[in-house]
Amino acid sequence: MKKTIAALSVVMLAASLSVSAKEIRFGVDASYAPFESKATSGELVGFDIDLGNEICKRLHADCKWVENDFDGMIPALKAKKFDGILSSMSMTEQRMKEISFSSKLFNTPTRMVAKAHSGLLPTAASLKGKRVGVEQGTIQETYAKTYWAPKGVDIVPYKDQNQVQADLVAGRLDATLQDAVEASEGFLKKPEGKGFDFAGKNVVDKKTLGEGAGIGLRKEDVALKADIDKAIASIIKDGTYKKLEKKYFDFDVYGK
Amino acid sequence: MSDIIQQFWRAFLWSDGYHFSGVAITLWLLAISIAFGFVVSIPLSVARVSKNKLLAWPVWLYTYVFRGTPLYVQLLLFYTGMYSLDVVRNHEMLNVFFRDGMNCTLLSFGLNTCAYTTEIFAGAIKATPYGEIEAARAYGMSRFTLYRRVIIPSALRRALPAYSNEVILMLHATTVAFTATVPDILKVARDANSATYDSFDAFGLAALLYLCITFVLVALFRRAERKLLAHLRPMNG
Repeated sequence: MKKTIAALSVVMLAASLSVSAKEIRFGVDASYAPFESKATSGELVGFDIDLGNEICKRLHADCKWVENDFDGMIPALKAKKFDGILSSMSMTEQRMKEISFSSKLFNTPTRMVAKAHSGLLPTAASLKGKRVGVEQGTIQETYAKTYWAPKGVDIVPYKDQNQVQADLVAGRLDATLQDAVEASEGFLKKPEGKGFDFAGKNVVDKKTLGEGAGIGLRKEDVALKADIDKAIASIIKDGTYKKLEKKYFDFDVYGK
Repeated sequence: MSDIIQQFWRAFLWSDGYHFSGVAITLWLLAISIAFGFVVSIPLSVARVSKNKLLAWPVWLYTYVFRGTPLYVQLLLFYTGMYSLDVVRNHEMLNVFFRDGMNCTLLSFGLNTCAYTTEIFAGAIKATPYGEIEAARAYGMSRFTLYRRVIIPSALRRALPAYSNEVILMLHATTVAFTATVPDILKVARDANSATYDSFDAFGLAALLYLCITFVLVALFRRAERKLLAHLRPMNG
């Protein structure tokens, strides 16, 4: 009898181990189309979601999506509420102190938006004495505060991106600095974005703007990182990445 | 915790290096809106209890509107709503005033707390013991003197406990200021949170700062009550 129980418990232990190995839980804040958002049916959709599901498929695992607010992602990852953050999280030095990242998923550029033909450029010299709006907690805020604020540019942080755009339209701001995809999808392509345009080229800075977005992982989960990196590499290699990209973007979102 | 304090103590207390922020902003918002509310609410509360409907009714409407809508909505109306109107933007003075987030915040906070204070004072005026008024009349005081020397001083004293509550609630209400880009204590706490991911410490520190300010306010009001309401204290033995 004892033997049976022992044998049974070994089997169950093995079963539970294999179950946990076959499930990957991703944390996501579904408020950032076209990367992650909710369809009217309530289903999660977007480029990140497709990539995540493809990664799970290649690792023969079940994907479980856990919704979480963006600013609470890193504490929740550490508290093991999920195993990875797959929510357009830029890989910055500051975040790398807390967690590790998979290899790059995509790198959308940062660009400035201003009135069309304003002549403004995303440089401290051109913006001196002007008011530039940024969303609080974004890498763009860090960039503007690091490089522009000390040189006399008035940086105004806002609670969310919609407010930044509203004040640009209202005329309180001379320019805004944000993710280029967000600006074009969420503002410039909409009716209220009429009369506004990108000003200047992509803003590049490895230190504050990072090198693109990846999947945030706990530092100790080395094996999971190796598996996910392998899956990402194969997705890019066999052309699946390009196919998924075409669904959402008309430009190269992988970037440099 | 020490990380946050080291990196953000200056921003929490008075400046982020370029603008005022934190405690300095919160206290400024509180002081200006309370001062405005106090000064304006005294004539309004007299009008509110007036028998003349033409005086009483507009004040009733004003306090009803400002007490009947959330402060957050009022702030959005003044900050985002007003400035989206062409009338406001094309008028030079209005444009200058409403362009600045701080002005919009002070205006909505001031009008909001003034509405509550008016009701508090009006209630105290209504509850003035009739004997006090009768005695003043027996002295031959005119109506103005009656208000100036008897009813208002007496009512303000009796309103003190309720009024101190309103001041503390106003302190807590200043936390919506960041909606109009005004960097109060809570905004700095959000900065600290997004920079360090120490959510508990970042917001805990903000809570501690609010507690300290409340502590000082309560102490001040207690001293004032002991002095000004001495005549209403139960007698010992």
